[in-house]
Amino acid sequence: MAKATREAYGEALKKLAANPRVVVLDADLSGSTKTSEFKKVSPERFFNVGIAEQNLIGTAAGLSLVGKIPFASTFAIFAAGRAFEIIRNTVAYPSLNVKIAATHAGLTVGEDGGSHQAIEDISLMRSIPGMTVINPADAKEAEQAVLKAAEIVGPVYIRLGRMAVEDVYDDSYVFELGKGVQLREGNDLTIIATGLMVQQSLIAADMLKEEGISARVINIHTIKPIDREIIIKAAKETKAIVTAEEHSIIGGLGSAVLEVLSDVYPVPLKRVGVLDTFGESGKPADLLKKFKLTPEDIAIASKEVLKLK
Amino acid sequence: MKNDELKVIARSMRKHILTMIYKAKSGHPGGSLSAVEIMTYLYFKEMNINSPMDEDRDRFVLSKGHGAPVLYAALMEKGFISKDLIPTLRQIDSKLQGHPDMKKLPGVEASTGSLGQGLSIANGMALGFKIDNKPNRVFALLGDGELNEGMIWEAAMLASHYNLDNLTAILDHNGLQIDGKNEEVMTTEPIDKKFEAFGWHVIKTDGHDFEELEKAFKERKTIKGRPAIIIAETTKGKGCSFMEDEVGWHGKAPNDEEFCIAMYEMGDIGDKREGGGLNG
Repeated sequence: MAKATREAYGEALKKLAANPRVVVLDADLSGSTKTSEFKKVSPERFFNVGIAEQNLIGTAAGLSLVGKIPFASTFAIFAAGRAFEIIRNTVAYPSLNVKIAATHAGLTVGEDGGSHQAIEDISLMRSIPGMTVINPADAKEAEQAVLKAAEIVGPVYIRLGRMAVEDVYDDSYVFELGKGVQLREGNDLTIIATGLMVQQSLIAADMLKEEGISARVINIHTIKPIDREIIIKAAKETKAIVTAEEHSIIGGLGSAVLEVLSDVYPVPLKRVGVLDTFGESGKPADLLKKFKLTPEDIAIASKEVLKLK
Repeated sequence: MKNDELKVIARSMRKHILTMIYKAKSGHPGGSLSAVEIMTYLYFKEMNINSPMDEDRDRFVLSKGHGAPVLYAALMEKGFISKDLIPTLRQIDSKLQGHPDMKKLPGVEASTGSLGQGLSIANGMALGFKIDNKPNRVFALLGDGELNEGMIWEAAMLASHYNLDNLTAILDHNGLQIDGKNEEVMTTEPIDKKFEAFGWHVIKTDGHDFEELEKAFKERKTIKGRPAIIIAETTKGKGCSFMEDEVGWHGKAPNDEEFCIAMYEMGDIGDKREGGGLNG
């Protein structure tokens, strides 16, 4: 079943309403971010701050300082972008227990265009000391990640999407923070993906299999702290890696994987992501095609990286 | 506590501030000295705070975080932190960071320093207390320069939208910011009318006169249903003759000679001259 991770966020918030410490803030986008689901069940703990993202984060910080567990939501471009310095100085510098759930990340925002497509947010958030950064692959993972974020103490950035994504997991899946998930066994190379690129990578692995190439697929839902172990193991065993993310190739998952491997076990690596450019208006599927984020693009990168082995 | 006792504490805080900054060879004396009476009044008369850990304590946010020395001085006078920390300001491994760091120093309720953010933090605290029907109050000290920040006005809107009558902002209105007078750098007036238009109750007072401060805070208690700001008229560098109202003393440490003169003016000499530059 296809479902957007932001929908799962709304459902998780409804469950979290049972915890009296949880409060939710939004900046006039509650219908889109799905925080409206929390408002329905717990209006006394929902605060709309208006179109004011700096104050959104600052107010959340204050709530955390008196024992609340605030979830602050807006689009990723405004959360990670506009409010970056508030997140850096007022939330992360003192390690406050603030959860930033940012929706409409990446190109698949679609028709709203490049101004609204955050392709730098992972880079920005993971550069902040002590920040946990989660980018769920499907709705099931998103729901569990949100519930987990409420449990752990400290700042968390959760990246959520507008577009419905296919289920990667069945109901038995258990989300483990900081642990990469190997979804396919493979020996020739490893595709390390995050977010909706996980489903694309699984299709790419099927395509490669038909050509006799055995691709391991790993989902890195927690980009920080990253699962170094599973990445290094994949590098040692398959000796070639492709990373795939709906994000700039600068500073995102690809960069994070390179940072792990260059210190320990460098192997040929190709990054699939948005090149150093902005997005634009269009249907999500057309954008993924234009910006080369399709299963075909991952398969092409995979064959190229094999030549470098 | 009587006003005479508050004056003694204020004088002591001024000495701590000057000594910290003199030893550190850097820091912000002007905007620390201008807020001394406000901080003294808050910590020794207005706020319910007996320990930095009490659940029922009122909260203070130093939105103008560069005024860290005045906060540290208040915490020292309260006995929350040791005066032995005075020579460590801004030094390696110190609890007294250049701007307040709540992780390093107990008694600091929020890490601040990047201007314009403290009022939002105070809003969040006040909202949190409202949710739980708790009596705790929240106080935020703002600088006039930081009113240039748009985020202050986002926060000003929120405080009145959510009727935060447990929130009080105090404006240290010394009229100067780094590049010059407020009105030369960026017109901030009319500050009172702006806050009134944002739905706040506005009280004006003399930020160096304890009787006037008392009247202002008493008036604040009579206002229900909305946030209030006390616009305290102050003099930057107050108490140190050569620093008073001088823009150059925003972020500069006194040299040996200047330090001696300043401490003399604070009454730190054998003749027990009352008050020095403060006239008691």
